[in-house]
Amino acid sequence: MTHTADAIVIGAGIHGCSTALHLALRGVKALVIEKDYAGRHASGVNAGGVRQLARHLAEVPLSVASMEIWERIRDIVDDDCGFEAHGQVLIAESETELDGFRTRVDDLRLRGFRHEELLDRTQLRHIVPAAAEHCVGGIVSRRDGAANPFRTTQAFRRKAIALGARFLEGVSVINLRRQGRAWRLETTHGSFEAANVVNAAGAWADHITAQVGEPVPLQVIAPMLMITAPMPSFVTPVVILRGRKLSFKQFANGTVLIGGGHLGRPFRNENRTELDWHKLSESTGTVAELFPIMAGSTIVRAWAGIEARMPDDIPVIGPSHTSEGIFHQFGFSAHGFQLGPGVGALMAELITTGATNVPIEPFRIQRFSEPQHSEHSQSGRQEPMN
Amino acid sequence: MSNALKTRYDVAVIGAGPAGLAAAAVTARAGLETIVLDENPSPGGQVYRAVTTTPLHATTVPGDDYRRGLDLVGELERSGAQLVSTAMVWSVSRELEIGISRNGSAQLLSARRIVLATGALERPFPVPGWTLPGVMTVGAAQTLLKSSGLVPRGSVVLAGLGPLLWLYAAQLLDAGASINAILETTPRRNLLSAVPYAPAFLLSPYFSKGLALLSRVRRRVRILRGATRIAALGDGQIQAVRFEAGGREMRLPVDNLLLHQGVAPNVNLAMSIGVEHRWDALQLCWRPIADEFGTTSIPGIAVAGDGAGICGAWAAEQRGRLAGLRIVNELAGGRVVEAPSEQSLRQSLRRWQLGRGFLDRLYQPAAQFRVPEDDAVIVCRCEEVTAGQIRHAVRIGCEGPNQLKSFLRCGMGPCQGRLCGLTVTELMAAERRVAPQAVGYYRLRPPVKPITLAELASLPQGDAAVSAVVRQ
Repeated sequence: MTHTADAIVIGAGIHGCSTALHLALRGVKALVIEKDYAGRHASGVNAGGVRQLARHLAEVPLSVASMEIWERIRDIVDDDCGFEAHGQVLIAESETELDGFRTRVDDLRLRGFRHEELLDRTQLRHIVPAAAEHCVGGIVSRRDGAANPFRTTQAFRRKAIALGARFLEGVSVINLRRQGRAWRLETTHGSFEAANVVNAAGAWADHITAQVGEPVPLQVIAPMLMITAPMPSFVTPVVILRGRKLSFKQFANGTVLIGGGHLGRPFRNENRTELDWHKLSESTGTVAELFPIMAGSTIVRAWAGIEARMPDDIPVIGPSHTSEGIFHQFGFSAHGFQLGPGVGALMAELITTGATNVPIEPFRIQRFSEPQHSEHSQSGRQEPMN
Repeated sequence: MSNALKTRYDVAVIGAGPAGLAAAAVTARAGLETIVLDENPSPGGQVYRAVTTTPLHATTVPGDDYRRGLDLVGELERSGAQLVSTAMVWSVSRELEIGISRNGSAQLLSARRIVLATGALERPFPVPGWTLPGVMTVGAAQTLLKSSGLVPRGSVVLAGLGPLLWLYAAQLLDAGASINAILETTPRRNLLSAVPYAPAFLLSPYFSKGLALLSRVRRRVRILRGATRIAALGDGQIQAVRFEAGGREMRLPVDNLLLHQGVAPNVNLAMSIGVEHRWDALQLCWRPIADEFGTTSIPGIAVAGDGAGICGAWAAEQRGRLAGLRIVNELAGGRVVEAPSEQSLRQSLRRWQLGRGFLDRLYQPAAQFRVPEDDAVIVCRCEEVTAGQIRHAVRIGCEGPNQLKSFLRCGMGPCQGRLCGLTVTELMAAERRVAPQAVGYYRLRPPVKPITLAELASLPQGDAAVSAVVRQ
């Protein structure tokens, strides 16, 4: 027997859960199909950064729109998701780097975005007193912060269910094909039909795009994170670097999360990752140089999530180029957590109205098959883990 | 024995207890380049802890069995294996790369075969007040006795069950200390389920040893049988232990309450590598799925000794030799080597496993001491998570230990679940009314033991061990 749904969302990460919730808010009761459980992969184990700071220019409007949702997250999902807006700071380790930051902040202002503010040496020390002597300044985005990623994903899932969405966890999609005006999905738990299907399958999203005839150059990555035993409180905002890979956050309980995008090895068919201790060692070296107080800290755990990265480090968002009724929402390239609430809202808008308020043209899937897509590489900064 | 480490070995054995020492002696004698990594200052594991350095040899305190450790250490030394003490293993990968920390710095080395001989851990004993100063485990107290000759001062009460409890009691008495009481917690029905296994136990070498031990202790210590509802009482320090026995509530003033209800395999390292485990419904613990030679689900990784399922020191030694023998057959096959006969090892193993079924049943700890009835009891000591919080998390939809980490940070402290994991699995299973196997265990993340940031930063870059290991 085939079950029908208003819409089907494949993948119960933060993006799939957010889309299901926002569809429900618009009266569309989605069925979410998840091969493991909600938040099992990148959405549940990332650094929880809620960051507008230092985003690719194409992502800035999305990120700003998403931030507005973050700031009233409790009203939306009945849970504060552990979100705390203590700001995020991008530190410059050299004058050359700081010059680049200055240009970026000026450029953002011209485009009407004022969330990034340049910091000189004194201002940086005021916000991050523990930063090493060689740090010359930086950028702060004061409304940024961090949240608990697994709790956030679960909160979106719970609220979506309360509003009428259904979740099938532990169920894999085997294939999908057109059936009249609808899409028919064969799964490990029966067949389902819906007019619209959202591909929010993260590191497995290319399996879905291949089914609808639009392969994508998706790279499966395993960004690594480490956490320490509690330390005396010494840093409040999230701190990130660009020249070297680092993101850094101290929690209220004193533990310190160290990330930044060093990659382990993913084995996506086995749901597991292997860590690269040499790269983690490099991370710890960077930490010790940036925050000398950290040299004596104790690493209690290290792990990696499985995530999709696109060649240009920006996601795929929007309708399929080949198949009406298929919508893509994947490839967030290790910085999709903050975007989850906003992109979910946007997808619901796109599916129910056919258009979006925020521009998503840079994220179109066909960019990979077009002769050139150089217009998107102008500010192509590599983004770290959330 | 040189202490400079190479980056590649034929065989790396983790743990220098009876299984590890025996396994390494077999592989090294057969000509395989073998390293034994152990985190203690001297070899012996828990059972033969400090056997080469203890101040107790001049006395009769540790007993004859303890000296067996000296034989094993001697055998290892003669075998040519390299023993590295104070080497803490914090990671093992499926590629057979081992992360170790020693003298404040970290390094990686690789091996063609790895034997995990990580031994046993004391089962958690979560009762009200078990986190108070003055409450410790029998195993910890025995460590102090063996390595430093220390005995507890003031009034001492032991509570729980199992061979180690009686052994330590006898050692304490022999060391001249006194024990005010032993609260024996063996449930009466245990004897009924154990009786059918008694004939085999009567043939076991442990039978006469155990009997002698019991009578020595019973002559000199007040034993309170069938103790239930044990609680440690005190304000900032234990002052008394409250319990029920013989149908009435009792209270004894106490300075030291020593708890013990058996041991369970220390599977953290094996779990972190991804070795498949199953719930052992008799021993009430996770054990790696392995054959007689310790072969696991991960190619190249073997387990031996109590870490592969509780079997006792003598059987652990045989299992170590069998694991070593399998590796010798695989890596040195065809060459003429010196190796023990498989048949005699199996025979010996069987002899030392006689009566295990009896002991496992007799000393199976009661449910009330594994899963706290009182919601206020702390289960996860690192993050101070109570039984009540875990029950609540289950009620709102948390299905297993991994989600529990996200809900409550339970099991996320430096001990990585060593002190709470079994309790959490059984508590969640009871609450969900499913088998422990269905609840599962924490996904364990390396480092399996904490390392300092400075140590990790010291990892040599471009180490030869990085290159993929060619398995043979």
